[in-house]
Amino acid sequence: MITLVVNGREQHWDGDPSLPLLWFIRDEMGLTGTKFGCGHGFCGSCTVHLEGIAVRSCSTTLAEAAGKRITTIEGLDPAGNHPVQKAWREVNVPQCGYCQSGQIMQASSLIARNPHPSHEEIREAMAGNICRCGCYQRIETAVHLATTGA
Amino acid sequence: MFDNRIENVSRRGVLRGLGVTAGLVLAVPVMSRRGMAAYSTGADKMPHGTVNDPKVFVSIAPDGVVTIIAARSEMGTGVRTSLPMIVADEMEANWEMVKVQQAPGDEVKYGNQDTDGSRSTRHFLIPMRQIGASARTMLEAAAAKRWNVPVSEVKAAHHEVIHVGSGQKLGYGDLADDAAAQPVPDVATLRLKDPKDFRYMGKGQIGIVDLHDITTGRAMYGIDTRLPGMKYAVIARPPVTGGKVVSFDPSDALKVSGVEQVIQVQGWPWPSKFQPLGGVAVIARNTGAAIKGRDALKIVWDDGPNASYDSVAYRKELEDASRKPGEVVRNNGDVDSAMKSAAKVIVGEYYLPHLAHASMETPVATAQVADGKAEVWAPVQSPQGTRDDIAKTLGISPENVTVNVTLLGGGFGRKSKCDFVLEAVLLSKAVGAPVKVQWTREDDIHNDFVHTVSAERIEAGLDKSGKVIAWRHRSVAPTIMSTFAAGAKHQAPFELGMGLVDLPFDIPNIRCENPEAAAYTRIGWFRSVSNIPRAFAVQTMVAEIAHATGRDQKEMLLELIGPARIVDIGPTVKDFWDYGEPVGSYPIDAGRLRRVVELVAERGQWGRQVPKGHGLGIAVHRSFVSYIATIVEVAVDGKGKLTIPRVDTAIDCGTFVNPERIQSQVEGAAIMGLSLAKYGEITFKNGRVVQKNFDDFKLARIDEGPMVTNIHIMPNGPDVPPSGAGEPGLPPFAPALCNAIFAATGKRIRSLPIGKQLQSA
Repeated sequence: MITLVVNGREQHWDGDPSLPLLWFIRDEMGLTGTKFGCGHGFCGSCTVHLEGIAVRSCSTTLAEAAGKRITTIEGLDPAGNHPVQKAWREVNVPQCGYCQSGQIMQASSLIARNPHPSHEEIREAMAGNICRCGCYQRIETAVHLATTGA
Repeated sequence: MFDNRIENVSRRGVLRGLGVTAGLVLAVPVMSRRGMAAYSTGADKMPHGTVNDPKVFVSIAPDGVVTIIAARSEMGTGVRTSLPMIVADEMEANWEMVKVQQAPGDEVKYGNQDTDGSRSTRHFLIPMRQIGASARTMLEAAAAKRWNVPVSEVKAAHHEVIHVGSGQKLGYGDLADDAAAQPVPDVATLRLKDPKDFRYMGKGQIGIVDLHDITTGRAMYGIDTRLPGMKYAVIARPPVTGGKVVSFDPSDALKVSGVEQVIQVQGWPWPSKFQPLGGVAVIARNTGAAIKGRDALKIVWDDGPNASYDSVAYRKELEDASRKPGEVVRNNGDVDSAMKSAAKVIVGEYYLPHLAHASMETPVATAQVADGKAEVWAPVQSPQGTRDDIAKTLGISPENVTVNVTLLGGGFGRKSKCDFVLEAVLLSKAVGAPVKVQWTREDDIHNDFVHTVSAERIEAGLDKSGKVIAWRHRSVAPTIMSTFAAGAKHQAPFELGMGLVDLPFDIPNIRCENPEAAAYTRIGWFRSVSNIPRAFAVQTMVAEIAHATGRDQKEMLLELIGPARIVDIGPTVKDFWDYGEPVGSYPIDAGRLRRVVELVAERGQWGRQVPKGHGLGIAVHRSFVSYIATIVEVAVDGKGKLTIPRVDTAIDCGTFVNPERIQSQVEGAAIMGLSLAKYGEITFKNGRVVQKNFDDFKLARIDEGPMVTNIHIMPNGPDVPPSGAGEPGLPPFAPALCNAIFAATGKRIRSLPIGKQLQSA
């Protein structure tokens, strides 16, 4: 039996310990904000926080998540008003929006560690998250805005 | 105007409570009024045309909340915001009191729902305005009746109707019932708002309707559907398109924890249109288990007729074909004689490979088939086509099929093809439970309806003064029609019209030819379609001619475009296709093409000094009846690494509704253009797609993107018909980039992707 904490609530799993965290969160728990994009950590759509650090849930097994605290987009802020989320809305970042949960989780992890990243640091930290619609310019603007008080 | 049945039903629900959707109300044949436009469009030639009935699209609740139906699919263009915004503006609804509700697939009721071809605003601006104006008129009439005053004394504004004399006011919620009882006004009597009074249209001040849900993870995409008892499926499909299962052994798959069943999926003979490819499905309690189960399947395949498709050999075939005469698809003057008399002939041979759509949300759909009925939840661009195909596949009537349209996590043309939905339907029927079919990224890359592959060969004949007197363009590419008809080898009019026969240049002798090309995989629409290779070839050739004659590239471009005029190519082209539009409303306007070049040159500071190792390139292209010019500044370092300090794009898309979303579409097109230019390539070996995932089908990332992208929208009045914005940004980007690379390095890119070509520069 694996125990982990997702968005502050304890969860248990007695199935396959090699199941990717992504599918546990989405299919077993029903938290669909975390998205599938590639299954191999190439695109960042499935980004969640593990002990506060951005990880790719598609490439994190439940065995690896055992005993850990996980935060998904649904748990980032109770009212959805994390500075990154507010900045995203201010800049009207998304097009299709599909990758944005992952982008926001990546950006919020960055800011938690580095409250005032430079443009280069933003680009470097966000380079693991693909946006096929091409919202990159606005993502960069929004991350910057989030750190300067959106 | 409406018979009593509809009237009664509508009094109960249409303009009232939102618990009842407007979609439920018109269970009787729809009395649709066709859109009457101030200018004509091709809308009425689309299946089911347009509908401008306010009772279909608008409902008002007693609390004043106005629900507006979005009948087109949202894949990131902003259409779910922009079209309802038109209705709200015209009916004087306050946007914060508006809810948007997505329509299911039902074109008889809503008009055409095929969300492709950059058509939504150009076909629906007028119908949406008429819907809003009708609703406003009905609200005004209801208030006048309540007050017993002439309707001329009342005026709707800001979600209420005011009696001008007394200052009395009634809110839209208070008037909902009475307004519903009013007859729908004759469209000929409608008073549309003066554009100077627009509150939302043309302003770009409104965030997209799904913004809050997207940023909190609550937005519902195709992948997010969950039904009680739902099973999760992935499918092992034939490694070669057109192949099939010979035999399979499910025993190891069935041992995987969480796997419940293994089922063969029916495939269709090649070419299979939008029907499933067939294969073997693993049904499980979650997607992860299904994927692991699939990895354990043992399957023997028959690779079928396309097993020898090889991109290296095929490229040679295409290039050989481009060097020989082909079917003439446009002819002006006498190109052969003019070439013979030319002082100089410049030849450019260009090659552009297959591309995968690679929307971030892979194909995914959920179906529930039971009791002779089917209901699906799917991210589809063509909900009615999906509905019809489900009905045909199951042998039931379309009335027994419901297609619920979710948000699309990207579309780009891929989700116009409903093979993945049909898979879900077949599996739900077989399993006897709701089934979600999930494509992995590898499934998506391997089984796409790929963008065509093409060889483009252009010869330009110049006289002694350096003026271009002859132009021959051969375009060879497998046609999208091959997905529907075995043996189709020539481009269809809709492909020829995308940047080949519609060449807007002022050259006396022009010939366009289309040699044959056979298809060995599924070819499909990809954002901007054949405009990608054509714009690349034509705009690179212009730069080559400029270089060969020592001219400035922009001046060369303007000279080739020639004076402002309407370019009448009608007599020189059989079956000319102008994006489905009447040429009278949407002619090829050389003046507008010139003006976007001049605008981008001015705003983008064409000719500015740039540091060593940097270069500027320009390209212009008309597509989807819009005009777009792009200037790219590139920097190439000693190792051939590209960076892009600045991009400027000017777009003339006629009168426009939501400039903020036009801007986002064009910003995004630069990134997609960069991806296809740098990396984009799907290749085949032994009939199989070589690439697998984002490690070998690479996409541009944030640290490669332009440092600055400036978008300049041509201000147009309401008299200029609206035109496309979703696709036209893409075609000029790659040639502008590659022309900039030439300016920076002297290396001419004639074949995409750029890949490692600059590493030797």
